[in-house]
Amino acid sequence: MSSHSQTLNLSALDEAGEPTRRDLRKPVVATLAAIAWFGSAAITQWWPDLDDWPYTRTLLILKLAFATLSALIALRGWRAIASAQSSEPRVNRWLAVAPWLLALALAISGWEIVTAKLEWLPRPFFAPPQALIAVYFDDFPRLSSSVFHSLGLLAYGYVLGALTGFVIGVSIGWSRAVGYWLHPILRLVGPLPPTAWLPLAFFFFPSSFSASVFLIALATAFPVAVLTWSGIAAVNSAYYDVARTLGARPSFLILKVAIPAALPSVFVGLFMGLGASFSVLIVAEMMGVKAGLGWYLQWAQGWAAYSNMYAALFVMALMCSGLISLLFRFRDRLLAWQKGMLKW
Amino acid sequence: MVAMSSFAAASQATPISHASSVGARIDVRHVSHRFAIKGEALPVLDDVSLSVEPGEFVALLGPSGCGKSTLLRLVAGLDKPALGSLHANGTPIDGPDPSRVVVFQDPTLFPWRTVRDNVGLGPEAQRNSRAARRSAAARDVGARIDAALELVGLSTFADAFPHQLSGGMAQRAALARALVNDPQLLVLDEPFGKLDSLTRIRMQGELVRLWQAARFSVLLVTHDVEEALYLANRVIVLSERPARIVAEIRNDAPYPRHRDDPKLVALRREVLAQLGLEV
Repeated sequence: MSSHSQTLNLSALDEAGEPTRRDLRKPVVATLAAIAWFGSAAITQWWPDLDDWPYTRTLLILKLAFATLSALIALRGWRAIASAQSSEPRVNRWLAVAPWLLALALAISGWEIVTAKLEWLPRPFFAPPQALIAVYFDDFPRLSSSVFHSLGLLAYGYVLGALTGFVIGVSIGWSRAVGYWLHPILRLVGPLPPTAWLPLAFFFFPSSFSASVFLIALATAFPVAVLTWSGIAAVNSAYYDVARTLGARPSFLILKVAIPAALPSVFVGLFMGLGASFSVLIVAEMMGVKAGLGWYLQWAQGWAAYSNMYAALFVMALMCSGLISLLFRFRDRLLAWQKGMLKW
Repeated sequence: MVAMSSFAAASQATPISHASSVGARIDVRHVSHRFAIKGEALPVLDDVSLSVEPGEFVALLGPSGCGKSTLLRLVAGLDKPALGSLHANGTPIDGPDPSRVVVFQDPTLFPWRTVRDNVGLGPEAQRNSRAARRSAAARDVGARIDAALELVGLSTFADAFPHQLSGGMAQRAALARALVNDPQLLVLDEPFGKLDSLTRIRMQGELVRLWQAARFSVLLVTHDVEEALYLANRVIVLSERPARIVAEIRNDAPYPRHRDDPKLVALRREVLAQLGLEV
């Protein structure tokens, strides 16, 4: 017993005394990141560009901000080690970002060198970092209204499609009669790429907006319907037996047994539907709708404004990724009871 | 484990009073049943007649796959017999009813509900309208759920999800989910079959205490001879499929019983002989 407590003490001393190599590595990386950002700022400041690029000053300020951030993280990291409190969670979370800060500094410096400084990459097609900053500052109204339009169109189509798909999936899974009529239609129409409807949809619907809502809803509804249906079909029949012996009526069996049991599968469908809806959204905006990010891309191509296209792509990536994160957050809240969920 | 030992004490001081529910009387008259497998009829029950007196504990004992569970599903009202009739308190059984609650071999708790919400499933399913939800009865339901959880010693796990429970605790929760409905008949389908032997022995003792306190009727399906003899007033021995009644053995030993009681040992020999397993 006594020797046991002694070893415990010893190991505690070890932890408090000499910081291990592993502990040292994190603040070292943060320090390197700070140096890299300062170096990158120096390149912007003192290595002249081959051409005159506006917003180079803003790029410099941005780099200095990142450099300061990295330096602060490094400082906190070193101080935590000095006071032997390396397990403070907030400091650790920031230290974990340090490798990315370092990589970002190197990547942006490299990008700037091959574009603005040396112009190794052909001019109109490849833009330096400050050109993207210029787009975000100068074209902000157009870009933000495009995001707004895209989000609006997507929201209409996605919500409509998800609801329709869910209702279809539940009714096919639950009712034999509905399944008899809807299943063949679902099998025939579902696998058709929604974009194949494009020419017809723009012809039949009164506006390109409603046509696009229809196409996005179609793209969303198919995976949601199939996975809701399979979720309902896979519900353990013992759940129904239990609920029936406890006095449950059919409405209870659907709403409180079948649907909750099928929800994990429904969310897989919602996730796949969201992915499909993005691609239809962009195509629809490129083909007919006169607003939104897809339209912005098309418009930028018409003017050979390649930096605008990069800027729009980046915004689009943020938007899609953000929406999927939102969906996963919603699922995690609703399905807290489930074990071993996929993390996004 | 602390929670488990509180089980017996709780069963004496429980607010679930069962004043209203006397055990149900069950009559099974000339019931035959068959399954259709690939168009061929597979007989599972062959002219089975039996009855359960109010408050009686009857065990159905037979080899596995003989059709015992089918008989239980018929009594519970989950299936309808091909021939013959079943009655509860003199009225024909034509569907499931919360007065005859089933506890299955698997706890089949709903994984998306907490233990408390699982136990409250019966009252929730039987509730008619939105208006009833706010009535005094609805508030009473909360107390009933608490009492049932207390009874099985799961009060501290009320807000846990099923995947956080051990096998024994999950089966206790399933038992509480049945008891909260104030059943007249408890239908048990090998309820302890998947538990480890120590937990099984403990829960058998707890079931006897619970039954003695509440006086509902019990119909237990098992293939465990000792379990049947330890628990039941009457053991009905069934044959291989299609199941027929081979013997009825009355067991008058007083409760609580002891597993090494010479009388039980003698009965065990008799039952095994009936099953064709001479020892």
